[in-house]
Amino acid sequence: MAAYPAPENARLERFLNEQLHKSLLRFITCGSVDDGKSTLIGRLLFESKMIFDDQLATLKSESRRYGTQGDDIDYALLVDGLAAEREQGITIDVAYRFFSTSARKYIVADTPGHEQYTRNMATGASTADLAVVMIDARKGVLTQTRRHSFIVSLLGIRHIVLCVNKMDLVGHDEATFRRIVADYAEFAADLGFASVEAIPVSALRGDNVTAPSDRMPWYSGPALLPYLDTVDAARATDAAPFRFPVQLVSRPDHAFRGFAGQITSGSIRPGAAVRVLPSGRQSAIHRIVTMDGDLDEAVSGQSVTLTLRDEVDVSRGDMIVEDRAPAEVSDQFQATLVWMSEQPMLPGRAYAMKLGTRECQVQVTEPKYRIDVNTRAHEAARTLALNEIGVCNISLDRMVAFDPYRDIAATGGFIMIDRLTNETVGLGLIDFALRRASNIHRQALDVDKAARAGLKAQKPVILWFTGLSGSGKSTIANIVERRLTAMGKHTYTLDGDNVRHGLNRDLGFTDADRVENIRRVGEVARLMLDAGLIVLVSFISPFRAERRMARAMVEDGEFWEIHVDTPLAIAEARDVKGLYKKARAGKLRNFTGIDSPYEPPRDPEIRLDTVSLSPDAAADLIIARLTHAGLIEEA
Amino acid sequence: MQTLTHLERLEAESIHILREVAATAQNPVMMYSIGKDSSVMLHLARKAFFPGPLPFPLLHIDTLWKFREMIAFRDAVAASPGIRLLVHTNQEGVAAGVNPFASGSSVHTDVMKTQALKQALDLHRFDVAIGGARRDEEKSRAKERVFSFRTAQHRWDPKAQRPELWSLYNTRIRPGETIRAFPISNWTELDIWQYIYQEGIDLVPLYFAADRPVVARGGQWLMVDDDRMPLEPGETPQMRRVRFRTLGCYPLTAALESPAGSVADIIEEMLITTTSERQGRLIDSDAPASMEMKKQEGYF
Repeated sequence: MAAYPAPENARLERFLNEQLHKSLLRFITCGSVDDGKSTLIGRLLFESKMIFDDQLATLKSESRRYGTQGDDIDYALLVDGLAAEREQGITIDVAYRFFSTSARKYIVADTPGHEQYTRNMATGASTADLAVVMIDARKGVLTQTRRHSFIVSLLGIRHIVLCVNKMDLVGHDEATFRRIVADYAEFAADLGFASVEAIPVSALRGDNVTAPSDRMPWYSGPALLPYLDTVDAARATDAAPFRFPVQLVSRPDHAFRGFAGQITSGSIRPGAAVRVLPSGRQSAIHRIVTMDGDLDEAVSGQSVTLTLRDEVDVSRGDMIVEDRAPAEVSDQFQATLVWMSEQPMLPGRAYAMKLGTRECQVQVTEPKYRIDVNTRAHEAARTLALNEIGVCNISLDRMVAFDPYRDIAATGGFIMIDRLTNETVGLGLIDFALRRASNIHRQALDVDKAARAGLKAQKPVILWFTGLSGSGKSTIANIVERRLTAMGKHTYTLDGDNVRHGLNRDLGFTDADRVENIRRVGEVARLMLDAGLIVLVSFISPFRAERRMARAMVEDGEFWEIHVDTPLAIAEARDVKGLYKKARAGKLRNFTGIDSPYEPPRDPEIRLDTVSLSPDAAADLIIARLTHAGLIEEA
Repeated sequence: MQTLTHLERLEAESIHILREVAATAQNPVMMYSIGKDSSVMLHLARKAFFPGPLPFPLLHIDTLWKFREMIAFRDAVAASPGIRLLVHTNQEGVAAGVNPFASGSSVHTDVMKTQALKQALDLHRFDVAIGGARRDEEKSRAKERVFSFRTAQHRWDPKAQRPELWSLYNTRIRPGETIRAFPISNWTELDIWQYIYQEGIDLVPLYFAADRPVVARGGQWLMVDDDRMPLEPGETPQMRRVRFRTLGCYPLTAALESPAGSVADIIEEMLITTTSERQGRLIDSDAPASMEMKKQEGYF
């Protein structure tokens, strides 16, 4: 294989050493569309000599083809990487760019200005130490300036450079600059920024970008790049307590059992007392293992493998923390959410959640309030739509270790994922726990479901009838319940008539209300199952996600989904309650099958074709299947 | 308390990403292209899972037009302990006689690399393929997520990428869908060379200057690696001191005249270089957005 001599080259060694110890600054550029973000970054790359000859040749030919600067070079084309972006002259997605100066290495996230791409802007902000907020000198502070500054502040960025761009188009006028700076200062006063440095620039002409411009003699501050080279903006994660989310358990043989992960804050040494959360078990660090040998100390940012002194149960998703300053443990939080999906947030729906290395399920309540990004006023809201920000209570399906986001970002930020589409739909920042692990004791009751069901000599099960209005759900459920009662079984039926008018009378028929409706019915059915009953639920329950949520509340085999399958035309022709007629006339909104969708089960336990089966025959079929499954005895 | 160097930060981030793949994928694989980025990735993977073995195999897509020294290097790596290497070639392409000279670079690359890769992923039912792409290489790469989602047809939709926040990667997919994971997204070419130097990572000797038989074509030096290369009228291979900045199929990879015979020499030379790395790859210059199109079709 390749052999190369060790260089004895002092100049090279010095160069490498300098490179190695340059600090890294990650920043984002944000602001409204056409403020010149991409042009500025293109200019920084060009000026810092990161553009190679062949790229410059490509740039010149593309500038003539797509550029907005006539025969001049359009620097924005250096960063707008997607064909659609070059054609439309806008930035769609975050682009990550790399350049360095003699002082620093930079990773810059160029983020989109258009409102529909705000989620991509949040993506860029989540890993940045500093934000360059671009403002068009002709337009001043705009909605997107406010939105982006607010998101930047939410995500914990404390340092802002306010770049008032296109100064060449306002005659390099000082008063214009001062007015914009004052407007921004007023808006940003309570956003918690540690520093806001305002610089008047022309990205296109290069004024005050890398060197002071003689066209604005009234400005005595630094140019942009010299400022970035010296600003101290690093997020202080090394002073925070030790946190180590476990990524995987390393067990190559019986002798070794280590826990691999990346230290998200603090530092650790062998012998240090630690705690494993959420279990709370205590131990001490035995070794810090790496391929380059064991370490005496490991610090924030390092990926290592830890072994513990004691045989403690640790798995992926757990967190190893400093014993004297442990993280908190809870399963209910107040959190600030930024919604990132076209599909609005549905209170009550179960979403997947990733917090550190822990994946779990989460349900969100109705927002306590939505935040107007312009005024930061709190508004009443029943859901969150794309790009909206709100404060909600969230409830997890298990205990997790966490820190409030403002204390330690890495262990306080989470993402929410739609369990059906797997789309990342929201980002969340934990504000605080609503209850702590130490305050609750789940009561272990001696009398349990098996005992209650045993007394009734039956196996409890939920029979969940779903189908269009008028499909015959309640008719069939009634016959099944009569037969079960005749067999001496203890049953209960939940349907629209006995639930909608009482427990759920505060709910309407919007998508969000339908989800909450089914969540409550699912919870009641689960309690009745726990009481040992055979529960018949007769609800349209049009959404797969909610039926799956109800199924997930109980154990395998306890939930039977029965699809009462009637074509819309036949259900509508029956129209027992006259509802379809009203819906067609526009007098009933959100009516399933008419202006609200019905998602048929893909894999129901039983499918009843009501076109070929009479209600009695359908009930026979259900009884036969329950008997066959051993849930009831042979008649 | 100590502060991490730039390379230590990059290394730690890459290890974190590799471990996330291992912890969440059902059946992951690491793409192995024999080049310097692959050598760095392999080194990082060994570190990530130390003292355990690699939890995934390596996959090389062999177009049958790689430099001979690359194949020798690959076979030596495959023989080292704890390495399981899979090699896949698109046999339909071979049967159809596809090659870089007769078929042209874009057909050859599509059939023998892109289609071959998709065949191999389908054949082995890999759900996550780890690749060595870097964001500094090319403009559409700069837009790519670390965990980059692909449809069941292996397509990339750049306009519908999942937001990627902090280092929380959404690794969920449905059956048939796949993810391409890029652990060295945030490394630059200089970082790669500096890390190779620091860690003493072995490379294919083609990266270092030596006298090699080349012909001048289209303003670039092409190496005559074997007698399958048809010479154009008037062309005679001549010996030149050349090296390669990037390695691929030998007829599609231009050499660069250089005396740099060591990693240290290369780093020195890079400080004065004025040509970007991908220019040595002839496939990019077909059309301005050609890499983006290839990526949408399933190329890495």
